This record gives sequence, C-alpha cells and structure tokens, in this order.
Amino acid sequence: MTQKAMLIDTTKCMGCRGCQVACKQWNQLAAENTRFTGSYQNPPNLSASTWTLIKFIEPEGDPIRWLFRKEQCFHCGDPACVDACPTGALKKRPDGIVWIDQKICAGCKYCVHACPFQTPHTDHDTGTAKKCRMCIDRVDNGLKPACVTACPTGAVLYGAREDMLKVAKKRKAIVEKQTGASVRIYGETELGGLGVITVLADKASVYGLPEQPKKPLLLPRWLIGIVPGAVILYGMFKNFTGVREKAEKEEKAKEGQS
Amino acid sequence: MASLAATFGRGAMTNHWIDIRNADRILIIGSNAAENHPMSFKWVTEAIDRGGILINVDPRFTRTSSKAHLYAPMRSGGDIPFILGMIKYIIDDMEANPDNYNMEYIREYTTASFLINPNFKLPEELDGVFSGYDPNKRKYDKSTWQYQKDGAGIPKKDKSLKNPNCVFQILKKHVSRYDPKTVSSITGTPEDIYAKVCKSYAESGAVGKAGTIMYAMGTTQHTYGTQNIRGYAILQLLLANMGIAGGGINALRGESNVQGSTDMCLLFHILPGYLKTPDQKDTSTDSYSKRYYEGKNKDPKSADWWGNARKYLVSLLKAWYGAKATKENDFCFGYLPKRDVGKNYSHISLFEAMYDGDIKGMFCMGQNPAVGGPNCGKERKALERLDWLVCVDIWNTETANFWRRPVANDTAERVDPKKIKTEVFLLPAASSVEKEGSITNSGRWQQWRYQAVHPVEKSKSDLWILNELFKAVRGLYKQEGGPVAGAILDMAWDYGPYDEPDVHKVAKEINGYDLKTGKLLPSFGKLQTDGSTSSGNWLYCASYTEAGNMAARRGRSDPTGIGLYPEWSWCWPVNRRIIYNRASVNLKGVPWDAEHPVIAFKGAATGGKYTSKKWVGDVPDGGWYPLQNPDGSWRSDAKYPFIMKPEGHARIFAMGRADGPLPEHYEPLETPLKKNPIGHGMILNPAVVCWDKTKPEENPVGTADKYPIICTTYRVTEHWQAGMMTRNLPWLTEMMPAPFVEMSKELAKEKGIKNGDRVHVKTARGLMGAWACVTSRFKPFKLVGKVVHQVGVPWHWGYEGHSCGCSANILTPHIGDANTMIPEFKAFLCDIEKSPYGIDRANPSGELGHGEEVA
Repeated sequence: MTQKAMLIDTTKCMGCRGCQVACKQWNQLAAENTRFTGSYQNPPNLSASTWTLIKFIEPEGDPIRWLFRKEQCFHCGDPACVDACPTGALKKRPDGIVWIDQKICAGCKYCVHACPFQTPHTDHDTGTAKKCRMCIDRVDNGLKPACVTACPTGAVLYGAREDMLKVAKKRKAIVEKQTGASVRIYGETELGGLGVITVLADKASVYGLPEQPKKPLLLPRWLIGIVPGAVILYGMFKNFTGVREKAEKEEKAKEGQS
Repeated sequence: MASLAATFGRGAMTNHWIDIRNADRILIIGSNAAENHPMSFKWVTEAIDRGGILINVDPRFTRTSSKAHLYAPMRSGGDIPFILGMIKYIIDDMEANPDNYNMEYIREYTTASFLINPNFKLPEELDGVFSGYDPNKRKYDKSTWQYQKDGAGIPKKDKSLKNPNCVFQILKKHVSRYDPKTVSSITGTPEDIYAKVCKSYAESGAVGKAGTIMYAMGTTQHTYGTQNIRGYAILQLLLANMGIAGGGINALRGESNVQGSTDMCLLFHILPGYLKTPDQKDTSTDSYSKRYYEGKNKDPKSADWWGNARKYLVSLLKAWYGAKATKENDFCFGYLPKRDVGKNYSHISLFEAMYDGDIKGMFCMGQNPAVGGPNCGKERKALERLDWLVCVDIWNTETANFWRRPVANDTAERVDPKKIKTEVFLLPAASSVEKEGSITNSGRWQQWRYQAVHPVEKSKSDLWILNELFKAVRGLYKQEGGPVAGAILDMAWDYGPYDEPDVHKVAKEINGYDLKTGKLLPSFGKLQTDGSTSSGNWLYCASYTEAGNMAARRGRSDPTGIGLYPEWSWCWPVNRRIIYNRASVNLKGVPWDAEHPVIAFKGAATGGKYTSKKWVGDVPDGGWYPLQNPDGSWRSDAKYPFIMKPEGHARIFAMGRADGPLPEHYEPLETPLKKNPIGHGMILNPAVVCWDKTKPEENPVGTADKYPIICTTYRVTEHWQAGMMTRNLPWLTEMMPAPFVEMSKELAKEKGIKNGDRVHVKTARGLMGAWACVTSRFKPFKLVGKVVHQVGVPWHWGYEGHSCGCSANILTPHIGDANTMIPEFKAFLCDIEKSPYGIDRANPSGELGHGEEVA
C-alpha cells in the first residue's frame, strides 16, 4: 500500500484557522470555553475536543516575524503511542494513519504520556484518549482530510508521502532563494519518518517542536508481558463501563432535549 | 468606488480574484487581506510561487504582513503622503530612466498630456486649498479645474509633457513636496524601508510587468478616503498597470455581495447601473440626460459611453412602470423620488436626522448599526427617538435590542426599557443558503446560487418580505390614496402567482426585454430611448438572455490561459473579465505583455493598414479598431481606451471630486499633530462636513493633550462585520472569545499594562473595555520628531449573542469622507489605562454564552 502523508507548509500558512474549524465541524468536536489571554492562539493547546490548532509564534528580533504552525498528531512512522497501548486500541495502518479505536481504548493514558509531542488527550466524558485520525472516514471514501479541503492557500496538502516530500523539497528551494532562510523539512526522517511533514523556515525549536524528537525510553510494553491479564481485564472493564456510561449519558441528553 | 469612477469611469474592482496570480508586484495597503479576505490569498500565494513580490503597508504587523517580502509600518493617517512620495519617486526615476516605464501608455491613454486652465492653483500656492475654495460653504467652485479646449471644444494636449499647464507637470509640481524625508516624518515609515518599497513597486512600471494594488476599508474609511484611492489610481496609471493582467486597483469588498448591492442602488446617490439619482432640478428625462450625460464630449475619437445614459434611464423606467410608462408621460420620470438639491442621505446624515427626530421609522435589513455604526453610542440613542423600527435579520441583533442595551460599555447595568417608546419588530430572514438568487462578488462576477435547504421555521426570504410589504402598501394606497399614489399604484409588479416570488422573473426583469417581441435582450447595445426596451439595470443586460441564466454557468474552460474562465458565472459589463483592457495593448493593438495577453488585435492588414476587425481574448473594452495601423498611421475610426470617460483617457487630474482634483495630505479629524506637517494651514480636509460644528450634541472631538494615542479599528478572520453571524457560533467564539486591544510593548510598559490585563480604551465619545494584547507587532511611530503610539481594536462585538463584549464603535467619531461620507473609522485619538476592575464587568465569570442569559 502507498504510504500517505500530510504536508504542512508553514511558509504558506497565514493563520486563518479554517483548518481548525473544519476539523471540529467534520469530527463534531465540542467548542471549548476559552478566554482571551493575550494571544490569538485559542484554545491554548490540543485537547480531546481540539485535534488541530494553529500555534501563533512571535519570535523576538528584527525583522519582526509572526509564525503560524498547524499542530496536530504527526502520525509517526514508528509511533510510541502504538507501542505503549496495552489494549491494541492504537493502530497504525499500512498507509501510515495512526488512529485510536474508541471501542477498544481503555483510557489508561499510556499513549498520552508516551507521545513525544503530547498529542493524545483523555476525553473525560468517554474516558478514552482522542486525537487526530487523519479523517480516516473521509480518506477511505476518496476525500482529503477536512483541514486540507478547507485550506485556502494550499499550506496543507495530503497525498502519497513521496509526492509530499517532493513538494516540500521544491518549496525549500524556492523559499531559501526568496528569503535566504534556512528551511527544514521536519519529519522526513524523524521517528521513522513522520506521516505529517512540516516545512519550517527556521529551527524546529522556534516553532515549539523538539529539534530531535525521541521515543521515550520507558515503554510499558514489558509491563504487558508481566501482568497482561490484569491490564487487559482492567481495560475491558473500563471500556465496558465507559461505553455504558456514555450510552446512559446520551440517553439522558436525549430525554433532556425532548 | 467614487474615486475609481472619477478616474476610470466605473466604480468597481478592475480585475478579479484569480487574476491576482498574474501579478509581479502586489501592494496590499489599507487591507488585511489574509485575515479579512483569506480566499484572496489563494491567488496571492500563487503569485508568490510564480516569483511575485508581496509588499504590505499597515500600522500593525498583521497576518498579511507575515507573508510579505517587504513590510512597511505606517501610522493610520499617513496614506496620502505615502503614495504621493511613491509618485514623486516614479516621476523622478522616469526622467532618469524612461526606458523602465511605459511612456506610450502614459502619453496616449492617460490625461498626463492634457492642458489645464492656467488659473488653476495648487494647495502649496493657496495655503492648503486648491483654487476656488469657499471657506464659508466648505465647498469648491471647480471652474478652474478644467481642461483648456480648442475651437472645436476638444481638450488641448501637449504630448511632450513639457507644458507647465499639462497634467503631468502639475502633478510633478504637486508631489515635489513629498520627498522621502518628509514622507517618513509624516507616516512614521523608516526611510530605508520606504526606499525599498518605492524601488520594488516602481519595477512594475516596466513594459510587460504588472503590479496590483489590493485595498479595503483601511483606505476608504478616512475623511480623505476617496483621495487615497485617487493616489493609487495615479500611481497605477504612471506604472501602466491598468487594464492589464495582474494589474489594476482591486477593491476587496468586505461582504460577498457589496458589489451587487451597489450595482443595484443600495446607495442614495445612484439608481441601478450607477445612473445618478435625480434631484429637484431634474424635471424630465430630457433635462436629466442633458444635465449629466449628453454633449460632454466633442472629440470623435472618444466613445464617451455614458452618452448613452438616456437609453438606460428610459429602459429602467419601462422595467419599473411597464405599460404605464409612455412617451406622453415621459416614461413616469415624475414618479422617481427626487433628492433635495445638495442634501446628503448617507448613514451618518440619516442617524443625525433620526437623533433630531426628523425620521420617524426605520427598516433595518441585514444591518446592525448599534454595533457597526460610527459613534454608535449616539446612534443607539437615535434609535430611541423612532416611533417604529423593523429589523429584518437572521439573528436577534443588538439593533433590534437597543432598548435593553448596557448604559455604557464595560458595565452590567442596562437601560430601562419602560422609558423607551420605540415599537420594535423583528422579522426572521432566511439565510443565503435558504433561498435562491445571485450575489455579485468583488470581481463583478454574478454567481447564481441554488436553494440548499428550506428556511428555518417561519423565516422568509428578503424577496418574500419585500413582495408582501409592497403589496400591503399598495393595498393601502388603493384604499386611502396619498401623495403621488401613482408612483406605487402604477408600478409593474408581477413575480408570479405563488407565495414565494419567482426570483427568475426578477433576474429577467433586471436583464430586460425587447418589448416588441417579448424576448430577453442579448446585451445593452440593444437598449433604446423610445420605450421599446426595458432593463432593470443596464449593466446586467446580457446576464439572463434567451440562451439562459448566464450567472448559473459553471464552465471551466480557460482559453486565454490567464485565468479569465469566461464561462464560469457571468461578469458585468458584457462578461468582460478585466475592464479597461483596451489599455493592455499598444496603439497598434499588440499586447504589452506577450506572456499574459488579455486581448490582442488579429485583424487582417494590407499595405501596413488594418483592413478587417478582429479582437481575441477577453471581451474588448470597446471593440473598435486600434488607434494606429501597423505602419504607425493614425486611424480615424478608432476610439480611445477609457470609453467611460468623456475624454476617453484615464484621469490623472479628476475634476469631479468635492475635495480636489489631486490628492493632498490632510490629517484625520483627530490627530496627534498640531499642524499639517506638509507645511500649510489646512489641517483637516477643507471639504468635509463637520458634524461636531453643525450638530455638536453627542459629537465631541478629542484633542491630543487628553487623548495622545492613535487608535484604529479592524476585523479578525474569525468574526464577521457586526458579529451576529459569527459571535453565535461556538467554533468561532472559542478562537476569538472577546474583544482585545493590541498595543506595543513600549506603550504597555509606559502604562503599566501586562499582556492579558483588562484595559480601558477611552475617546471623547466613550469607553471600551478590552483585554490587552501586548505585542511587538505594533511599534511606536516617530512623527515630526515626536514619538506617537498607536493601538487597534476589533469592532465585532456587542451585547447580544454567544460571545459578548464592548463595541469599539462607541469610540469612533461622526465624520465622513468629503465625497462619500464613509465614516472615519480608521484613525482617531484615544487614551488607554489599566482597568480599575480587572474584569469584564458585564461578564464577570468570563464564560462564553453569557449573553444568552439576558435574552
């Protein structure tokens, strides 16, 4: 199967946040109750109901710059979250998409802690972990992810990983020639090659990313070997009660509406 | 728009969105296109990908600036010096390096060579005013602002551009005062950055290169807004950027159908198709046509298209009054409402009249002046003086609820509804996806939209509401009579037998019919003066023909390869995608830019003379022969390229404006400077209406001693206009939950304010509470040797909806542009301080959705 990838070109992003809304709309994620705290960036961070957001960065120095980076799950080539997941809820597909099967997720938060980018978050209503799933339901039906479709400038693209890398390299050449900046193609090789490749016009740290992302050393996979039954049972129990609780909640909500 | 029409003949974006991709230089000034027109950036980004350079001028480093190759900070109020300085640079450079510019274009297509009355005087000679000024009336007598004419009545020209009375020399003299140092001291733009901007943008003046200007409300919303755009027009003409692909002056409309609504006479001074509204002096179609349109041109080489206006007026009257409009009754011209001579009926004037009790009732459709109006504290009070108010909207707006508004900004206390007599009606309207119809976008494309879903509950389309209203009013006239009852009773009104009026019948009426055959007309060339044709808007004649609804077309072919897409929707006039495109070719009809030809003449030639006529590409703006034959001989059957102007040339010197034929720097009503820094005695535009003098009540003006900081207002991507459509959507309010005030780190330090603090912004009109956004994207300006700070606030918020907050327009003054009366939202004076309360007092919990509890 062809490896797919998303390309985020920060040099074309103008921070309009069409992607942020499109993500919430397609995935029907709740709005957060935010406040203005001194930055355009809102909600302040990723959460169980915010799977992608634009980071607004104002680096000090002259000439002034205002950088925008779309933050979301990187769909790592070698994903720590998948390794950490005791129940098998976290899966990596042959096309590169890393997703959490909500039916199986036990809510153990291992993935939350294992992710080098702090991407998955626990949804306290369902008790499960949530994050970007690359609009699996769209791409499997021949559509692009919702954020890609929404982007006006072509700063977010989706396609064969090879093609995305070609576009990234072409952009690197153009931007370096136009601005003299040193462009980094983040994700080309990092963590086994990321499923989300980002074109950065400066160091990764300026954009709030680790220069050399690493998988955490403490992988709880060995735990599974020692007490597999306990964890799985716990997971099943949690899942069962979680699903039941959610069903009851929805039932109540429906009653409340009518 | 007033400015574009004054210069070129039509008030519209000259090119279109897709065409931006063809530009070599993009100057975004007075616009934050990335934030307020994100889709425009699809094409800006593509232009950059093709090697284009983006230049952005703005008081604040915005999301647009973040993508610019060159960012020039400029304080609000420095627009005209900035542009006149660029013009000076170009004229100086043109004399040194004429090969870098298109001199043939300047000489043959603009009025640069035209000779002006020798008695005409510039502001530098008359202490700040042009010749003909009457300080008591605050008006100009324009008799010296005229061309010298020969015995045949044709304007005299000097094509060497050397005559001291020619427009080029007058312009050169006029801009000579705007040297880089002076410009820098007025605008606050550092000299080195300014030099880079001038050099880079001037490069678009070379033959075959294109520069485009994208502007919006940051340009227009000033007391000299029209003259700002006149500055752009002159700049673009000197750089030969009009009529070509990737060029033009592109007015970015802040709402998808602004162009359509002005085309259809949203404004008080125009009828559909930009025909002037008659005033009391206009007593017949004949006197009207002669007064405004006929006999303005004696030059056989000038098409003077507006000379056809009589056909358009009569056809309009036939569309409105049908069989009742006859030659005998002058096609019911008497029924048209007439303006009082010289009276203004724009937004500020109407609200002043309402405040004075002269207006008793108001229909407010899709507008929210309690948030969007200037000095909205006064305008909210004006609403109290109405007997009745009807709001037609898709949301329950602040305007519909002015009777339960807060007594002041940043307080929870509300006015007492018992003390307000106005009877308020709210009619729920269908949204754009709930009805069929068309919008006309900035690029003049009329795009048909189908109905996607049925209206929610009992909400109704605007068409239904107006149809029912008209029928009810006509019923009352039938029963009770009234003054000029015939104006209503004789109106042709047939939009089908069903409850919902047939929108296609409306569209067909707008296109117009041949009344002898009953067939739809193919184009406005067929319109007649004898009453045998009808057309509700001559500009739209060709939009809905016997071949079908052109606006509904979705053809994707692009035969020229420059992105015209002539079969996608329909574009006025006559599907011409780039207006003034006759200026995109040289005198012989050969495109200046071989890579992006808009049109080209392909007629046969024998012996060095054209013998047959054929244009290819876009619909030519005037299909006559080129001015010259291939051998360089002049043709007598050709016409000049700017067909909408009587003289056939684009006006560098525009005599029609109220405040001068050339732009001159005046300060905003409220300025941090004590005198005009260009060095004359006139600090404020001498032709503006001073409401603070004529209607002083609730119109105070702030001075720099109390209010030393420049303030401006703007929009953010996440919200739209007065906010009703976005402040009620949680996915948008979570991104921009509350109003904020952006300020420099230097100012914040001076005032002891930290990022995220609650701040009060105060002007002579009122107070706004907002959250501090302390950023290095704002920097203090150095103006005439003095450090001046500027802050900015978004104006989307009000006291209703899911996200509430203080309205910024509490701060803005009642004063408008000298030509259009568009309010000066973009530059006024304020002071700021840390709020003594530290919280939003109307919403202490800070929770979104607070406003709904009040409802």
